[in-house]
Amino acid sequence: MKIVQKQDGKLVEFHLFIAFFALAIGGFAGLLQVFVKTGKIVLPFNISYYQVLTVHGVLLALVFTTFFIFGFMLAAVSRTAGAFSEKTRLLAWIGFGLMLAGTLMAAWMILMNKATVLYTFYAPLQAHAIFYIGLALFFIGTWLEGLAIIFHYAAWKKTYKNMLSPLLTFMAVVNTIMWIIASFGVAGSIIFQLIPWSLGWHATVNVALSRTLFWYFGHPLVYFWLLSAYMAWYVIIPKVIGWKLYSDCLARLAFLLFLIFSIPVGFHHQLMEPGISHNWKFIQVILTFVVIIPSLMTAFSMFATFESFARYKKDAELFSWFKHLPWGDARFVVPFIGMLFFIPGGAGGIINASSQMNAVVHNTTWITGHFHLTISTTVALTFFGVSYWLIGHLTGRTLTKKINQLAIVQGMLWAIGMTIMSGSMHIAGLLGAPRRTAFTDYGGAAQAKKWIGYQLAQAIGGSILFISILLVLFIVIYLAFFAKKGVQEFPVAKLDREDEKPLLLLENWFLWIGITLFVIVFAYAIPLYSMIQHPSPGSSGYQLW
Amino acid sequence: MKVHKLEKIILITGGATLLLFLSVLFLQNMKFGHQHHAQSSIKTIDPKKVDTTAPFTAPGLKKVEKKEWDYELVMVASVFQYAPAEVEIPVGAKVKIIATSKDVVHGLEVAGTNINVMLEPGLITEKITTFRKKGEYLVLCNEYCGNGHHYMSGILKVVDA
Repeated sequence: MKIVQKQDGKLVEFHLFIAFFALAIGGFAGLLQVFVKTGKIVLPFNISYYQVLTVHGVLLALVFTTFFIFGFMLAAVSRTAGAFSEKTRLLAWIGFGLMLAGTLMAAWMILMNKATVLYTFYAPLQAHAIFYIGLALFFIGTWLEGLAIIFHYAAWKKTYKNMLSPLLTFMAVVNTIMWIIASFGVAGSIIFQLIPWSLGWHATVNVALSRTLFWYFGHPLVYFWLLSAYMAWYVIIPKVIGWKLYSDCLARLAFLLFLIFSIPVGFHHQLMEPGISHNWKFIQVILTFVVIIPSLMTAFSMFATFESFARYKKDAELFSWFKHLPWGDARFVVPFIGMLFFIPGGAGGIINASSQMNAVVHNTTWITGHFHLTISTTVALTFFGVSYWLIGHLTGRTLTKKINQLAIVQGMLWAIGMTIMSGSMHIAGLLGAPRRTAFTDYGGAAQAKKWIGYQLAQAIGGSILFISILLVLFIVIYLAFFAKKGVQEFPVAKLDREDEKPLLLLENWFLWIGITLFVIVFAYAIPLYSMIQHPSPGSSGYQLW
Repeated sequence: MKVHKLEKIILITGGATLLLFLSVLFLQNMKFGHQHHAQSSIKTIDPKKVDTTAPFTAPGLKKVEKKEWDYELVMVASVFQYAPAEVEIPVGAKVKIIATSKDVVHGLEVAGTNINVMLEPGLITEKITTFRKKGEYLVLCNEYCGNGHHYMSGILKVVDA
């Protein structure tokens, strides 16, 4: 059985440690928020709701996800394309160091209440310069780690000419390329706009430009999370259930479509704002909708995998094959719950991107409810499901029967808690409840009375979710330090037949990166050009917390 | 490369779904275009000079003649308030909202309706809408703007014409 090389494993362990530490603190911040929003609890020591919200968003949306994903991708590449060389591993360690240093700088400023700007840090709210410098270091660190993956892949391609790379490695490379192209936008805004402005070198900032550069990154960010989950869905889950890869080509094509269409779509987060012409908004709405195709391809692939597996077990009934899936295996059940939640999650996403309907839900708790389905359930549960075998694989411990049961309970609790919390966020949002807002009854306004009850429900759901997080932390610590020693498999599904001839076109990066850049230039060049050539008058900075 | 029959079906279904959704959006876009496009205005303003720049010198509702709309509602947002904080609009009136921010980014949401736009310093937001139902509506800020964000609200009364 192939095992991730020891030194690579160490690197991965450090990533996972930071990720779960962030989950612990960020999850606790979430618990405080749902309590505050009941209106019955006030935070001690004058701690502001918005500071806690900043902690929650930064730690979970940026720190937990990014550290976990790079750790997982490094493990996947090491497992399928062989151990990293000394040089590429060193590069990844340097990247990790920068990410960690940047995270600590930003966290320090947030804790000092000098960066209560939420995880979107919209100008002209102005955080301390150290916060922005920390963010910049974080992004530079991710690029170094990304380069380590790309260099390692290039070395593999040199050794194995005229062969397609292992699927997991290919997927990690696509995700890395997308991350690097997308994060140039936000890093550019941080380095060239926000840092000089917060240091006082520039008196004002171009607000429209900084928002546009943020959302140029902000939407591919969600696909960076999703594609990491899809890596597990396409390649790992089939092996977990004891089956083969459904289709290598389809998986690669889906990932390439995600690469092309995840980036030129940021305007669908800016539909309700001035400064961008409606034609460009509509073009990006069209591009947003194109991701329906690779999304449905992914859904198809999953269910085709499950059904073909169960039918192979000789159950040809229309639906009864369903019961042959391994319902007692947490490595399958926990991510599977995540898949189910992506059905309402994805449908909600289509609603949000539909320009006219967006007017009803924009910046309401509907949106918060939406991404607690996608990132905080679909992606998070997949990551937990991966951790339940990956941690043991690295530490030489096994997922024992009891812990496996506990992990299934964890997934169920998550499903219950999130159904209550996200459901009530969706309903409250339709009634008009604003997101990112501390408890308020707006002076007893009748409309606000309609949604305040749902905030109580959110606290109930949020509390169940917090118990589920405690279970995750317990399981993860147990698997890292206490579980029974043994070999835990790193599952990787394979095709049962080799394709006659590998379709090398799928790894023609000049072509795919070329198309990606072309579509980005098409969707962004003109609106960005006009924002820079005819800028709106700049804004000075405000600290209003 | 051989594409499996089922794979072909899902690709075609995906493509057809996409086309269907997009054509609905496109038709809506054509029919209600002018109302939805208004918030995409690219008019700029110096956020430090809002009080001395027309029409923001006199926030409030004004009757206008010979325009596509009957009234203009000029609003100025600043931490943590709207000017005017309270406004009365005759029922059935077609109103163009013209608004901006004097400091940070704010939201302008009339809760329970589809009036929901962003106000950014340096830019003017416009939206055309018709107030068809009488009643007292809650206006609120739905973008985090500082520690008093949750107190930022106003009242919009739609009254007998």
